[in-house]
Amino acid sequence: MNINLSINGKTHSHDVEPRLLLIHYLREVVGLTGPHVGCETSLCGACTVEVDGKAVKSCTMFAVQADGSKVTTIEGLAVDGKLHAMQEAFWNEHGAQCGFCTPGMIMASKQILDRNPHPTDEEIRMGLEGNVCRCTGYQHIVNAVRAAAKAGAQ
Amino acid sequence: MATTIAKPELLVGKRLRRREDPRLITGTATYVDDIKMPGMLYAALVRSPHAAATIKSMDISNAASHPGVAAVFTGKDTEKVGPVPCGASLPGLRVPHHYILAPHRVYFVGHPVAVVVATDRYVAKDAADLIDIDWEVQEAVADPEKAIADGAAPVHPEWPDNKAFTYHQEGGDVDKAFAEAEVIVKQRITSQRLIPTPMETRGVVAEWRAADRQLNLYSSTQIPHLMRTLVAQMLGLEENRLRVVTPEVGGGFGCKLNVYAEEALMGFVAMKIGKPVKWIESRRENFLCTIHGRGHVDYYEVAAKKDGTITGIKLLIIQDLGAYHQLLTPAIPTLSVLMMPGLYKTANVRADIIGAFTNCVPTDAYRGAGRPEATHGIERMVDILAAELKMDPAEIRLKNFIQKEDFPFPTATGLTYDTGDYSLPLKKALDMAGYETLREEQSEKRKSGELMGIGISTYGEICAFGPSPATPAGGWESATVKIDPSGKVTVMTGTSPHGQGEETTFAQIAADELGVDIDDILVLHGDTAIVQYGIGTFGSRATAVGGTALYFALQDLKAKIKKFGAFLIPSEDVTLSGGHVVCNKTGASKTLQEIAGATYRAMSLPANTEPGLFATHFWEPPNFTFPFGAHIVVSDIDRETGEIKIRRYIAVDDCGNILNPLIVDGQVHGGVAQGLGQALWEEAVYDESGQLVTGEMTDYVLPRAHMMPWIESDHTVTPTPVNPLGVKGVGEAGTIGCSPAMVNSVVDALSPLGVRHIDMPMTPEKIWRLIEAASQKPVARMGERL
Repeated sequence: MNINLSINGKTHSHDVEPRLLLIHYLREVVGLTGPHVGCETSLCGACTVEVDGKAVKSCTMFAVQADGSKVTTIEGLAVDGKLHAMQEAFWNEHGAQCGFCTPGMIMASKQILDRNPHPTDEEIRMGLEGNVCRCTGYQHIVNAVRAAAKAGAQ
Repeated sequence: MATTIAKPELLVGKRLRRREDPRLITGTATYVDDIKMPGMLYAALVRSPHAAATIKSMDISNAASHPGVAAVFTGKDTEKVGPVPCGASLPGLRVPHHYILAPHRVYFVGHPVAVVVATDRYVAKDAADLIDIDWEVQEAVADPEKAIADGAAPVHPEWPDNKAFTYHQEGGDVDKAFAEAEVIVKQRITSQRLIPTPMETRGVVAEWRAADRQLNLYSSTQIPHLMRTLVAQMLGLEENRLRVVTPEVGGGFGCKLNVYAEEALMGFVAMKIGKPVKWIESRRENFLCTIHGRGHVDYYEVAAKKDGTITGIKLLIIQDLGAYHQLLTPAIPTLSVLMMPGLYKTANVRADIIGAFTNCVPTDAYRGAGRPEATHGIERMVDILAAELKMDPAEIRLKNFIQKEDFPFPTATGLTYDTGDYSLPLKKALDMAGYETLREEQSEKRKSGELMGIGISTYGEICAFGPSPATPAGGWESATVKIDPSGKVTVMTGTSPHGQGEETTFAQIAADELGVDIDDILVLHGDTAIVQYGIGTFGSRATAVGGTALYFALQDLKAKIKKFGAFLIPSEDVTLSGGHVVCNKTGASKTLQEIAGATYRAMSLPANTEPGLFATHFWEPPNFTFPFGAHIVVSDIDRETGEIKIRRYIAVDDCGNILNPLIVDGQVHGGVAQGLGQALWEEAVYDESGQLVTGEMTDYVLPRAHMMPWIESDHTVTPTPVNPLGVKGVGEAGTIGCSPAMVNSVVDALSPLGVRHIDMPMTPEKIWRLIEAASQKPVARMGERL
């Protein structure tokens, strides 16, 4: 099936198998390896990307379902080499250790502030519920989201 | 010419953000699955659905003829490869032959029996499903206590008692201690099987360059150099023809401190078909086939005087080994024995281990590896003793601690604790908690039946593995420092960081020692073609052993820099400061760039000096290090639902000197999360037929952001004399200190109901049942076997 979509501001057109998952399309076909496969069952969130402005676990969606959509991956967050405030906050607050969950975690964190620019700690934690990090114990990630909120990130 | 050299600000001890993060936060890091090579094929493994079965026949024809399939290999093709190595040795250890693909019989669910190689990962999996196997299912045993009981199904028919080994260790006079005891407490304590679950599963890319006779293996591992030695042996390949590269590694926690069948198998496949091949473990495979942790059933007895002085400890460990020994499987429970006295003076100990084969995936090192089990045991027993004697749990610990002036302290298990002041972190944690006020609040609440608990654990660790005689494959570590002609610095460490931040902390060490800007330093690791031989990252060793190797390499290099600088100035009395060599008399100086350039141009050299600035140091530690600390958990239990609410979590760690407080805090937080995971949620459950019931993330409960409490983290600093950095290691501290504090807190909360022990994980259902049972029949000693 032929699909056309915009990824990080660039148009892509490919003929794909209907069963190809969006995460595999992004990683294998388009070559964007920022989003990761952590569980294949939509439980860990390492594959989180934005589809039409909404955070989506891209292992739960077929590439053909994203036909006509605007997709943003972690690679699309920094503009002209300037880090997104959420990326900067993850760096400053030590929100990443092994880094494998980080791209999905940053996309999910961005979504929290997109929906609620001034979340409480509890709201941050509930917003991160769908993303698993095995390294940090989440505390520095919560600090990062809080810091990004303070910096006015959305 | 005399110049004023500004002394740069020291970076060791500063809260620097990490230098490895830019690639992680932009999604541009390269993990194994991100590697693509021209002509690369994908492998899918066929695995046993049974815990014990023989292969009557296997038909691969449909898979082999499936479009897109390049090759299929079975256990008969790979019989001569391997076996999967066990690096641990114990007297009388029974080591089953561990084929990389089982040719005849399988021993656990997930045991690999064939591999399909195809043009893409979807096709490989399609074809793997076409392999038809006729199984003869055998009786399996999945529980270690049942496995060693009479009449159990034999895991390996050649050893019908299912005992891989027994181990005994004794110190002091245990019989006398127990004969003279004024009080004896006993308890069965389990430390359940856990699934390490790094967010990145395992994965391998193998590339065979036949014309060069060169195999390149990209693997998500904690031990690239050991893997090279061991996989070369498995494949019958000369070691210098194998290059192991660890790209970015997405977490390990011990489960990647191993050599698995798939590493050798992918090497075998690449060499057979002459094309690069990639295998990425699925999460399901990760749960079934990557090692699990813990798996203890412990029987404790503690002898004491009425004043609370502990006089003796007896321990029987039944260790669930699984079906095979992976790299360190049988060694892990021996670490529990070494640490069984905890922080206490006890001179009389006796330990026995029975290593039990089961039809389950092997257990091996998982964060803490043997020490969380030991700490959990002794810290639970101390609380049980305190309850028996109606003593305060803080008081009984302070009474039994090895005292500051007792160090170096020889333990009853044959270790020498380096240094410590165990009351420091406990007193700090008690202060932070407002302990006395909390106890007052608790006694008020008890009057109205509210369940509030205060749990303490004071833990010690054995870290920085370690002296080579005590560490399989060597316990030293290596570092190389080279300075280019332009004066830029490259550090190459034999450790293999995968989230611990050594690209930052090692650069901090080098920047301070050389007096150069941290941005002029590059830290490399994890490529056996670039880095000198090393051991790896595990056992809270990277900084304490690898950082020390770096420190000594830097001293060697500094001596050479000074020698060259003095020669160039010229001067006989110089200091290295701020990246300059300065004459102490005249103030004349040479920059590091000037010196580096001169050493490579080598127009003239000091006597007996080689050109270039390059130093390598292999450092053998004289002892382990023994970090310690205290954790306190305040919890409130919902009587109606059994739900545990953590009100306060206090962690005071003493890991010696702290190189980067930001990174140390991160290690503690992550460690606590894994400790709470064990205490409250995680458990790998096999049913009686050996099926893993918790085989996906749906069924295996991992800590998530909304489940974690805020961790109040602080430190005391007691530097170790074992290494010149004074660092002890912190990677496992949070995990080791956590689970007993959490369980002690809940047991404390439920103690008015007569509860004195709860096994992990403390699910709401388990707690609710305890509360229910107590309200129906007020039995004093329930909870002994839960």
